[in-house]
Amino acid sequence: METLNYRHKAPQRAKGSKRQVIVGVVASGNLEVLAERVLPDSECEVDIRTAAEGFGEIWQAVVADFVERRSPGGLKFSINDGGARPDTVALRLAQAVSAIEGERT
Amino acid sequence: MTLDNILASLFPHGHDVVLERGLISGRGPLPDGGSVAVIGVDGRTPVGVEEAALLAGHVLDVIKPGGNEPILVLIDSDSQRMSKRDELLGLNEFLAHLAKCLILADKLGHRTIGLLYGHTAAGAFIATALATQILVALPGAEPAVMDLPSMSRVTKLSIDVLQEKAKSTPVFAPGLDNLAQTGAVAITLDTAGSLADQLQSVLSAPAEREDSRDKLGKERNGRPKAADIAERVYELARASV
Amino acid sequence: MIAVVSETSKDHDDASVSTSSWYEASARQRVEHLLDANSFNEFIGPEWRETSPHLPLFDLPEQFDDGMIVGYGRLGGKPVLVAAQEGRFMGGAFGEIHGAKLTGLLRAARDMASVPVLILFDTGGVRLQEANAGELAIAEIMRALIEARLVGVPVVGLVGGRAGCYGGGGLIAGCCSALAVSEQGRISVSGPEVIETNRGVEEFDSKDRALVWRTMGGKHRRLIGGAEVFADDTMASFRDAARYLIEHAPSMSLSTLESEQSRLAQRIERFGHCSDAVDIWRSLGAAEPENLPALHYREFAALANDLQEPRHDAR
Repeated sequence: METLNYRHKAPQRAKGSKRQVIVGVVASGNLEVLAERVLPDSECEVDIRTAAEGFGEIWQAVVADFVERRSPGGLKFSINDGGARPDTVALRLAQAVSAIEGERT
Repeated sequence: MTLDNILASLFPHGHDVVLERGLISGRGPLPDGGSVAVIGVDGRTPVGVEEAALLAGHVLDVIKPGGNEPILVLIDSDSQRMSKRDELLGLNEFLAHLAKCLILADKLGHRTIGLLYGHTAAGAFIATALATQILVALPGAEPAVMDLPSMSRVTKLSIDVLQEKAKSTPVFAPGLDNLAQTGAVAITLDTAGSLADQLQSVLSAPAEREDSRDKLGKERNGRPKAADIAERVYELARASV
Repeated sequence: MIAVVSETSKDHDDASVSTSSWYEASARQRVEHLLDANSFNEFIGPEWRETSPHLPLFDLPEQFDDGMIVGYGRLGGKPVLVAAQEGRFMGGAFGEIHGAKLTGLLRAARDMASVPVLILFDTGGVRLQEANAGELAIAEIMRALIEARLVGVPVVGLVGGRAGCYGGGGLIAGCCSALAVSEQGRISVSGPEVIETNRGVEEFDSKDRALVWRTMGGKHRRLIGGAEVFADDTMASFRDAARYLIEHAPSMSLSTLESEQSRLAQRIERFGHCSDAVDIWRSLGAAEPENLPALHYREFAALANDLQEPRHDAR
């Protein structure tokens, strides 16, 4: 198992008022994302535990791209990963933000 | 110890316990003048639909007249019988029925004591030994949820690796010590002493009305979290309604 | 409380949710759609991060809820306690935390003596990486479940998930007051691979899906009396079944178990010589037993009610 952690500045606070949501499941090629509104509005954090070691650069790029697109200010994302592909990771992160902002994806 | 030796030590003045096609049934006298009903599985016999139904029938026969005669469950079994026919007939219902009968007996005032003297595994373990109110064992008993070779196939880890990991935790590997640590086996008996006296002493202790196996597993460092998690859910549920 | 999100990208209106597949849904989706809208409150939800203390030893990823969701909600306006297994995480298998959540829930149900319990099974049995803890959890769950039933609490099992209801899960299901099962819901102690490994491929070919379904699947379980209700693979059907079975669940007593003893003995007598499910269905009086697997939900449910009246007093 490998642990990764990324912190970013986010220009905007994530909308809505839900405290937390969870999406996904930990299975081969899949992951769960727990999003919690626990940080200052201008910050976000992604905490990852993954079964697939040695993909730090890809995670960094996926997370950076996600933060830039969605600006999830105030959210902490905790991920348990069963070895998902980058597109699945991006999808789950987007679902988590949409869910906590109150939209259905 | 063989079944005959165990019965001789349990009932030095004789008994009418019989063994038929791997199943044990009968009755023996207790030192205090009472009697104990005996059922069980010997010779690593697998527990299939017929076996479970027969054993459950014996338990119901003890319950029906009322009273509080204790029930001793002697176990040296295989796992559940792993066959198409048993599953076709609904083995899960038969094993559950046996467990239900044993647990009902306990709730109606019959002490139920499991005595593990050989092997047991998987579904047979749950339906017999683990369905008694207190489980004791003889040294050398070999309880297993699953044997290491099968576990190795499923987890894709070598037996060597599994054995190495088993040194750091009792939580997965077979064996009496591991199951005692997780709270399944309350007491290991002393084969040098009289089993009759040891059985009488178990029966003389007040019956625990609560299932304390999770707390025992915590005390013995075999199951660090189960008791606390169950307790927390319990409190939250009680507070919610 | 944790909000639940659909994992597909489609928008759901109410109609499509109620007809959406139970089998395909996650445990959280099942709980959400089974209960009255927004009524579910989870106990020790994922934010508590009560993950398995044992999976790290095997270098395996954890899940924040350890694959078991327990909580309180309402069904048709009435309070219920609910437990749901996530069959995609570790095959829905019972580990220490996973099992202890259900144990605690059932002990609470026993002591409250008034609130029914729904168990949404989706499990391969004991989690081997924590086999001893899982095995004991099953024993503890069964004891608490039976104690709850003895004080009159209905405990209803719903079986229709991807992982089926195998191993110790099958034994717990056998202790429930009543079961609803869909065609996809398999109930068995030994799994297909286990039987094949022990008996050889001639006795049981685990790759023969039709054989697996007709030996362990929901239709067969309904026909031999192993489940009271045959449900369609939809959220709405399982919801209806849960409400019906809570209302009709008998309490448990010595006479219940005496009835079960004769019910099971009769089953061996009647079908013990049959070598395949089709023979059993023929003995039951099915006109075209070989066609049963192809019957749609409504046709089959009607036929099953003709062939085998559910026994609510013998479980």
